[in-house]
Parts: sequence; C-alpha cells; structure tokens
Amino acid sequence: MQRIGDAPTVRRLLIAAAVLLAALFLLLPLVAIFLQAFARGVDVFWANISNQYTLAAIQLTLFIAVLTIPVCLVFGVALAWLVTRFRFPGRRILQTLIDIPFAVSPVVAGLVYLLLYGRNGWLGSWLDSYDIQLMFAWPGILLVTIFVTCPFVARELIPLMQAQGSREEEAAVTLGAPGWTIFRRVTLPNIRWALLYGVILTNARAVGEFGAVSVVSGAIRGQTNTLPLHLEQLYQDYNTVGAFASASLLALIALLTLAAKASLEWRAARREVHA
Amino acid sequence: MSTRSFAIGLGSTPKRVLPGFGLSLGISLTFVSLMLLLPLTGLFGQLAGLSLAEYWTIVTDERVVASYGVTIGAAAVAAIVNAAFGLLLAWVLVRYEFPGKRLLDALMDLPFALPTAVAGITLATLYSSNGWMGQLLEPLGFQVAYTWVGIALAMAFTSIPFVVRTVQPVLEDMPHEMDEAALTLGASDVTGFRRVILPHLWPALMTGTGLAFVRSLGEFGAIIFIAGNMPYETEITALMIFVRLQEYDYVGASAIASVVLFASLALLLVINIWQGRFIKRLHGGNG
Amino acid sequence: MSIRLQHIGKHFGRTQALEPVDLDIAEGELVGLLGPSGSGKTTLLRIIAGLETADREPGGRILFGDRDVTHLHVRDRRIGFVFQHYALFRHMTVFDNVAFGLTVLPRKQRPSSGEIRRRVHRLLEMVKLEHMAQRYPAQLSGGQQQRVSLARALALRPDVLLLDEPFGALDAKVRQELRRWLRHLHDELHFTSLFVTHDQEEALELSDRVVVMSNGRIEQIDTPHELYRHPANRFVFEFLGDVNHLEGTVRDGVLTCGNAHLAVDLTDGPEELLLRPHEIELAERPRHGAQLPVTVTAISPVGAEVRVELEADWLGEPWLATVSHADYERLALTRGAGLYVLPRRWHRFPAERDRLPSRTAESVS
Repeated sequence: MQRIGDAPTVRRLLIAAAVLLAALFLLLPLVAIFLQAFARGVDVFWANISNQYTLAAIQLTLFIAVLTIPVCLVFGVALAWLVTRFRFPGRRILQTLIDIPFAVSPVVAGLVYLLLYGRNGWLGSWLDSYDIQLMFAWPGILLVTIFVTCPFVARELIPLMQAQGSREEEAAVTLGAPGWTIFRRVTLPNIRWALLYGVILTNARAVGEFGAVSVVSGAIRGQTNTLPLHLEQLYQDYNTVGAFASASLLALIALLTLAAKASLEWRAARREVHA
Repeated sequence: MSTRSFAIGLGSTPKRVLPGFGLSLGISLTFVSLMLLLPLTGLFGQLAGLSLAEYWTIVTDERVVASYGVTIGAAAVAAIVNAAFGLLLAWVLVRYEFPGKRLLDALMDLPFALPTAVAGITLATLYSSNGWMGQLLEPLGFQVAYTWVGIALAMAFTSIPFVVRTVQPVLEDMPHEMDEAALTLGASDVTGFRRVILPHLWPALMTGTGLAFVRSLGEFGAIIFIAGNMPYETEITALMIFVRLQEYDYVGASAIASVVLFASLALLLVINIWQGRFIKRLHGGNG
Repeated sequence: MSIRLQHIGKHFGRTQALEPVDLDIAEGELVGLLGPSGSGKTTLLRIIAGLETADREPGGRILFGDRDVTHLHVRDRRIGFVFQHYALFRHMTVFDNVAFGLTVLPRKQRPSSGEIRRRVHRLLEMVKLEHMAQRYPAQLSGGQQQRVSLARALALRPDVLLLDEPFGALDAKVRQELRRWLRHLHDELHFTSLFVTHDQEEALELSDRVVVMSNGRIEQIDTPHELYRHPANRFVFEFLGDVNHLEGTVRDGVLTCGNAHLAVDLTDGPEELLLRPHEIELAERPRHGAQLPVTVTAISPVGAEVRVELEADWLGEPWLATVSHADYERLALTRGAGLYVLPRRWHRFPAERDRLPSRTAESVS
C-alpha cells in the first residue's frame, strides 16, 4: 500500500526524531526519579521511606484516595447513565459542567474551597460555630481531591456508553428485568474495563494532586501532609534524596497506571479482533 | 419547556423506557451543585465586597501583570512546541511500525499519570546547573532552570498528551484512500501532507493545542520548582494567587483567581464553539 | 492508451492474492474486472494504479502504451483513480477537489489559475454539478460525490481511468443511472478504463470485455455476449447467473435421477448438468425424452418475468424457472401445482480440474 510519508528515509528520520525527543523529554525524567531516589543506596532510600513523617504522608494519601474513589465512582456512573441513556433539557450543559475541574487551575480549585469552608467563608463560619473545621484538615483535602478527580470516571464512561447505545438495556427491559438487574447484568459487563480505567486514573490523580491540596492542607508535618506536599517540603529543605524517595513511590503508581492502561487497551484490541 | 422538564424530573413520564432516571439525575445534580457550583459561589461572595476600581487595582498590579505575561508567553511557547512535537509523535505512532512502539505509546500518558510535583522536582533537578541536562546545556549558553524557558518546559511536559491523544485517533480514523487519492492525483509527500492530511487533522490539532494551552495557564506543581519564582521575571499567575493566600490576602487571591478562571473558561468555550463549527462543515451542514 | 500486463502477481505475506497474470487492454476499451470478494480483482486494479507493488518476478512488467510503468511511483503514472467510497477531500469544496490535481502540478506545468477555473468548470458541467462547485462533499448525495470523484480523476486527462467498485456504495437506482452515464462518458471521451465490480449485471452491461476472476486467477476474458454463451468453465458459468443442477447417471443415452429421466447424447457414467432458469420451460405434460416432474412451491413476479420455485423428490436443491407473464397465465400456475420441466438447453463442465473444453447442448426436442 502506498501512503504519504512511506519512503524509507522519511520513515526512519521521523521515527528517530520522535523516539529521541520522547526519550529526552519523557523517559529521562522518569529514569532520573528512580536514580535520584537510590543515589545514596538502598539503605538511605529505606530510611527515607520508613521515616515517620513519610509514613504518615503515605497513610494520609492512601486514606484520601480510598475515600475519593467510591464517591467519584458513584457520581461518574450516575452521570454517564443519565446523559447517555436519557434525553432531557440541560443535558449538554450538564456534560459541559463536569469539565470545569479540568479547566480550573488546581490553585483556584483549592482557593474556592478555602473561601467557602474556611473560617471566613459563609459555610465555614457556620460550621465553625459547631466546632467543625474542614480546612487545614483531612476533610478539606478530601473535598478538593474529589473536586479535581470527579470527571475521570464519567469521561471514560460517556463516550463508551454513547457508542454502545441503549439497545441491550432496552432488550433487557422487554424481557422484564428490574432496574438493578439490568445495570448489573447488562450494562456493567460492557463497561467494566472503562470503569476500571476510570478508577485507575482517579486514583493516580488523587494520590498526586498538589496545587489544590497545598492550598487547603496547611501542610502540617505528620498530620495534613500528603505525599506530594511532603516531597515538596523535603525538596525545599534540600533533602533531595528524601524528596525523590517519596517521588519514586508516586512515580511507581504512575507506572502501574500506564501499565494498566496499556493492558486494558491491549485486551480491548484483542477482543475486537476476535469479534 | 419548564413544565415538561418538571414532569420528567419526577421520573414518571411513560416515554422513558429505561429505569434510573430519577436516581441518576438526583445524584448528578446534587453532586454538580454541591461539589462544583457551590464552591464557585465562595469566590463571587469574596469579590462582591469589592468595588470595580479596587478589583481593577488588584488585578492590574504591576507584579501581577508581569505574571500574566510570563504565564501566557510561556504557555504559548509550550503550546506551539507541543503542537509540532505532538503531531510528530501522533504521526509516528499511527503510521509506522517499529520495535518499542507500544512502549512509546504508553509513555505518552506519563505526564498525565505522574503527579505534577514529582514532575516539577525532577525537571528542576535535571535542568539545574549541576543536573544532567543542565550540565549539557549551560556551557552552550542555554539556561533552562529558573528562567521562563524552564517554565515553558514544565508546561510542555505536563500538557503534551493533550495534543498526542487528540490527534492520534483522528489520524487513525483517516481512511487510507485520502493518501491514495492525493497520490493518484500527482501530489508529492510534502504537498499531500500539507494540503490533504494537515487540513484533515487541523481541528484535532487545534483543539489539542488549545487544551494544552489552557492546562498550561493553570499549571502549578510542575512549574514552581523549576521557575525560580523571581518577581516580575519568572513568577506565574497561579503562584501569585498562592502568594496572596500566604499573606492572608483572600480578596487579592480571589480577584486574581477570577481572572485565571474566566480566562480558562472563556478559552474552553472558544475551543468548543470552534470545534463544533469545524465538525459541522466536515460532517454536513444540515446536521 | 493501451494497458499490457505481463506476468504480474502479488503475495500479501504468505498468501497469494494474485497468481501471475497476463492481460492486454486495447486503447479506448472499457473493461470490467468481475469476481467475488477475495478474487484478487481489486489487487490487480491497485497494482495497475501503482497503489500496490507487484511481486518482483523476472519478466513482470506493466506497460501503458510503450511506456514501462512497472517501477514508476503512483504519482507519476498519470492514471485517474475512482475510489469505492469516493475519497473526496472533506475539507475542500467540490471545486477545490476537482482542481486539486491541477494545482499540485509542478509550477512549470501548472496551468494559470484562470485556465484551472475554466477546466474545472468544464468538468463540473460534464458531471452536471456546476451549480454545486462551492459545496462541501458532506453536503452532496452519494451519487453526486461519486461524480465529483470522477471529475477529479479526469481533471489531469489521465491516460488510463481506473475505478474500484465505483457504484458499490450506492443504492440500486442511482447505480443504474450512473452506470449508463459512465458508458456515455466513456463513448464520448474514449479513455481506456478498467473497473472492478462484484455485480455480474453491472459488468455485463457496462463492459466491452469482462475479465472474470476467482481465487487470484483470471478465469476468462471475453465480451459479455461470449461470456454468457460460452463460459470457459463452471465457475464462470455459475458466477454469471442463477443455475439449476441436475445430477444423475447416464445409461444408453438416458440420464436418470430418481423418477426423472432426460434423454442426453452422452456416454455412460455419472453426470451433472447445469441449466439456467430461463432455459427451462414448464409444461403440463412430459415430452418424449424429458420426464422431469416438479411441484411449484413459490411464485414471485419480478419485473418482466415470473420467478417460479420448483421442488421434487429427485432434486437436492429447489430449481428456479423464469417464465413470461403470458406463460404464467396460460399455465394458470398456482402453488402446489404439479408440472413437467422441459429443458431447452443444458451445459456441462466435466473434469473441471483438467480444464477440458466444456460443452453446451441444445436439448433434443
């Protein structure tokens, strides 16, 4: 088959350029993270990881992620079901609204929560009178994390469910299946991989969020420090190896996310071939 | 419309074949209102106490204006570089087969998956004067870390997937007959690319580049480590908000944040409208 | 410009898409490449276009007139190619699509913009779309898009026009119309053209000669008339229309199959005869030498004729007969009626693999 740009020299040149640039621009930083983390040997790496503040940061980060995921999951599935299975006025607007977190700078996201729930905010001052403090504590971190991660599941599901259409669910209705059964037995098997990928993305972003969290956390070591905030502090204190030890954990999660995506895509491609 | 939507809102219209309308609508609306819209009211509440003149003074403060310049300039450079680099990567990933292609493809998502703070300290370390890249570039006269070049670099890193992942599927779906038609009509590779392929990719490329630009305007974590944060020179607007907050100047922070917010939303709107217009033309004007 | 292929074959990986073939097409001829999918017809067309490269084999050559184009890039072969799905450039207007080939010519050969405009408008006039010049392809119907595609292919005045299932994506009526229109255009302009189709009716109606292909092989090259009257082998015969099979054993000049008998002038042994639906007659009584009782199971009037489906114990598969409306009324055909078949002609293709000459016989009356 003849295609534009198929001449061997052109092909080789372009591949070489792309690979070289990608290696310098994307791969090199990735490699650097791990090399820096282990720059002073495995022992120092372990000492940095098992440091009590690091452990506390890991704990908080995982805690936030574990709470964020179910919320995003429920919202994402509900929204995707709503906009792909029904037509109603305001459907397009709703679909646009969920993109807000993508467009808003993380710092701005943190700020709006701080303004609302902070001690001077109208909701915050009311909560304060009951001695409930959300900002500069884990609930604040949780709220902004949900804010920045909530579009992921919906964004993965909507195009897929739109493409699949509702014929299968309608068939299930004609066969007399009740609502939950339809979702569980007809819809879920069709969307589970997209759902899983949405969760993985949500998780990756939840553990890594920096800008929004740094505004609302107060960054109290051992208490409201998530892993990204912790590594920032270490870095500012010129503890580069310590910072990169924490960074390597986050980079590992990122790598697992990429691997999961690649294998899910591979699985989908393989199923297409078999179909 | 209102009466109809109200009736639908009760989930009682017999027209809806599938169940779960009321429930999913309830969850979605509650979430969108509480998590997305309500917090934004806080921002406007804060700004409501401000006169227009006061607002103007804050957002046109010299140091803040300098930060707009740095942010927009670096984001523009990053977006343009990414448009070219992203197009190259998408092209190579779609059109050619070579060993390691799947790895390269997977690597494209790294900037999305990698926490921005991690990217930030890594780039800062690599490009500082004793980092690997810094050692290489500085003798040649390229200072990256603590200059706007570093800011643009960090922005480009975090937003490259937008371009690649928007262009890639469009290029994949482009029928090979387009190439063949151009070739049978005598077009050279360069002409064929310029006159047939590029116009076909143009909407996706512009959308991807636009999204990358918007993302760069708001980026924070990846930039602050490499930027050096010198007032008037390498200070980005997101950092200005942060600085105001640390000074407990919530009003100032809100005013600047509102500028960033409106700029991003307006850009997003423009991208959406523009994309819609383009798609309409390609897929039939009556659609 | 004539086209001559010598020993042109093609492998995709380890599968042979095209056995080495020779083919001569005279200047000004309109030739159809006919075959089922996977027969190699599109591959052959694309090799001629230069969109695929033929296997490197000694003696493999493609000539346009005296010009050896075997190793010429597609863009230098001066062919016009029409794609099944039109392949119009969606971001260009109809005008720009048609003008594309002219505007990408090297500057020295490129006509002036006024000349380009004139030529494009003449082409659009020819395809009756001059009022659509400023539309985008998405605003046109399928038939209109294919006409634009044709105008675009003709803009460079190609030596050879190649069309890949040009009407395949269109509905029956538009297809019929475009077919007639292409024939007219060809008669008027006399370019050498080659088109691919899987529709035997299209091939027979449109072509000066038809190349029938199957399994990467050319089965027969002939005029539509010859092809229909004297198919070279069983594949060609079966591919060109509906076929009824009669299998039985011949003894002493009579073929027997269950309780059916037919007098045939053949030597003893097992035989299979093939009969076209319009080559059999239906009668209320058997005739001497033809005792073939059948039952009518379905009747459907289609256009000028009536299609009658026939079954019998001695038949493995139902037969199809086409009768005139006059006969239909004369016989007062009803479902379930018992009748006799009287073959007018039959065909046989013995020893298929040895490619012995086949035989068609007029039935003895």
